[in-house]
Amino acid sequence: MSAAAAIRHRTRKQRILLTPEGISLPVTVAGRGARAGALMLDLIFIAVLMIGSTLALVSIAGGLGQFMRGAEGAGKGAGAQAFQFLVIVWIVIMFLFRNAYFLYFELGPRGATPGKRLTGIRIAARDGGRLTAEMVIARNLLRDIELFLPIPLIMMAGADNGMAWLAATGWLAIFMLFPLFNRDGLRAGDVIAGSWVLERPRRKLEAAMTLAREEQGDAPGIAGPRYRFEDAELAVYGEFELQSLERVLREGRNESIETVYHTIAAKIGRSDGWGDESRFLGEYYTQLRARLEAGMRMGRRKADKHSSR
Amino acid sequence: MNISITPHAVEVAALRSDRFRIEREADWQRLETIVTRMEKGRLRGISDDDLLALPGLYRTVASSLSIARETSLDAATLAYLEALVQRAWFVVYGPRSSLGEWLAGFLGGGWSAAVRAIWLDIVVALGVMVAGVAVGWLLVSHDPGWYFSLMSREMAGPRVPGASAEVLRGTLFRDRQQSGMSVFAAQLFSNNAQVAILAFALGFALGIPTLLLLIQNLALLGAMGWLYHGAGLLTDFAAWICVHGTTELFAILLAGAAGLHIGRAIAFPGTRPVLQATAEAGRRAAAVMAGVVLMLVVAAMLEGFARQLVDDTFGRFAIGGFMLLAWCAYFFAYRGNAGARR
Repeated sequence: MSAAAAIRHRTRKQRILLTPEGISLPVTVAGRGARAGALMLDLIFIAVLMIGSTLALVSIAGGLGQFMRGAEGAGKGAGAQAFQFLVIVWIVIMFLFRNAYFLYFELGPRGATPGKRLTGIRIAARDGGRLTAEMVIARNLLRDIELFLPIPLIMMAGADNGMAWLAATGWLAIFMLFPLFNRDGLRAGDVIAGSWVLERPRRKLEAAMTLAREEQGDAPGIAGPRYRFEDAELAVYGEFELQSLERVLREGRNESIETVYHTIAAKIGRSDGWGDESRFLGEYYTQLRARLEAGMRMGRRKADKHSSR
Repeated sequence: MNISITPHAVEVAALRSDRFRIEREADWQRLETIVTRMEKGRLRGISDDDLLALPGLYRTVASSLSIARETSLDAATLAYLEALVQRAWFVVYGPRSSLGEWLAGFLGGGWSAAVRAIWLDIVVALGVMVAGVAVGWLLVSHDPGWYFSLMSREMAGPRVPGASAEVLRGTLFRDRQQSGMSVFAAQLFSNNAQVAILAFALGFALGIPTLLLLIQNLALLGAMGWLYHGAGLLTDFAAWICVHGTTELFAILLAGAAGLHIGRAIAFPGTRPVLQATAEAGRRAAAVMAGVVLMLVVAAMLEGFARQLVDDTFGRFAIGGFMLLAWCAYFFAYRGNAGARR
């Protein structure tokens, strides 16, 4: 792994995941804020769906009642049957919203509920293998004791019913705070299922450095490089500095290019790039990278300017 | 972004690692297009060719990443490849997109295999449930006052200690006139499923609350058994319970056993790390639980309809006994093709 990659992995939420092919992948564990936000969004969606479907069924029932009154005495039994059917539909819908909302969305190819999708996170298997239906079922059945059991209890008990309220709140707090007390932010359901919640990466492919410079019009490839650097001039820097230089060149901000030019020129004792800093640095980058990559192929890595080779 | 690969571009690229990249870029971008489409949920817009190529492309790009890590110092390309491989990994190793296929594997052996895998917990939970019935019976027979600590008054209705045999007989056999059977069935299902899910989820607390829940629910049954025994109606009561009870109690038994299975894995992980042991147990238990919900649907149907329609003791025993036999045969004799699907 390259030095810069190693540096990126030092941040606290980076983990290395091993795919079944044996490729190690850096992944980012989703932040607790994003998780909480996703949960709030999902609960709001569920509440809206529940209220919406209840209102719809009530209005259907209301219309039905009017219709029955119109057809006085014609079908008392039929009306009761229809009402019964509506009640059954309502019970089943409530059960499904409570238990199947998370299941349905996390079993899809996106592995995320709408709330998770909006906050840019999704679930994955902790061992790097396939995310199975059993995992999704297990992690969501536990939601019942985490959320859906204590919240109604708290509401039912009310703050004036001291002990019951305290117990229910303590229960909720234990499970809500569970992700704070382990490294990967696992909630109880994740522990049971062997899953975890990761950030969804999104990155565009940027142009290759040596090509991008050609498109800008200062082509080094055709006329040959304007600046040539001696081996000793290139040997002062390592991979870390190379990738810092890459960032500066890609951003292309004049002030930082000038600053970096002055630093490098002073370090290697050259001043012939004056007024042509961008191109000077671009060619320094290309030649430094060529040198370091040649070293890599021979098994020699130079992490930064302090390392020996 | 669109970078066409011309021979010129390959020539112009001054670095070997950039040439490596330019030669492979087309594959990367094809994979990215497919993955982006799948992330957006537009499965229909993907051609069969692309879907077939997906696993191969994923492996190609993963190997590009391994090579790039050893030969290239282009940080932007490395970061892009890492992100792309991760996104493709999500898709390739994501959940099965077809729920039907999972269901077929589940009913065709996966479920019964999961049930057999937790046999020890089933035995323990069965013992606890039998003990629960005995405890309920004994408690109430020593002091009938216990009856109302186990059962609330409004739920008990006419079924109170001291009620006449005629009244009790009425609670068993006069249901036929009741209207709203189907609503009753739906309510029963919703309620029982929630209790079963709770019994499973409480396994997380080392399984102890699961056992308490089983004892509490079954003690109620024992207390009612005592009540009907006093009126000489024990056989009729057993038949009344039996219609749906063989299915419902079996489902609750499985839910309790699933909870216990998790609790046991947390308490005694053996030689495996506790997180791994818990996750393995959790997956087995979840498969059992998905089936428990199905069983409770069947139980609610039986309770809401069959019990009201079949009004004699023998018929009820026949239905209940048949359901018990069917479940046992399915779980313990039917092997299915569990090995093939995984």
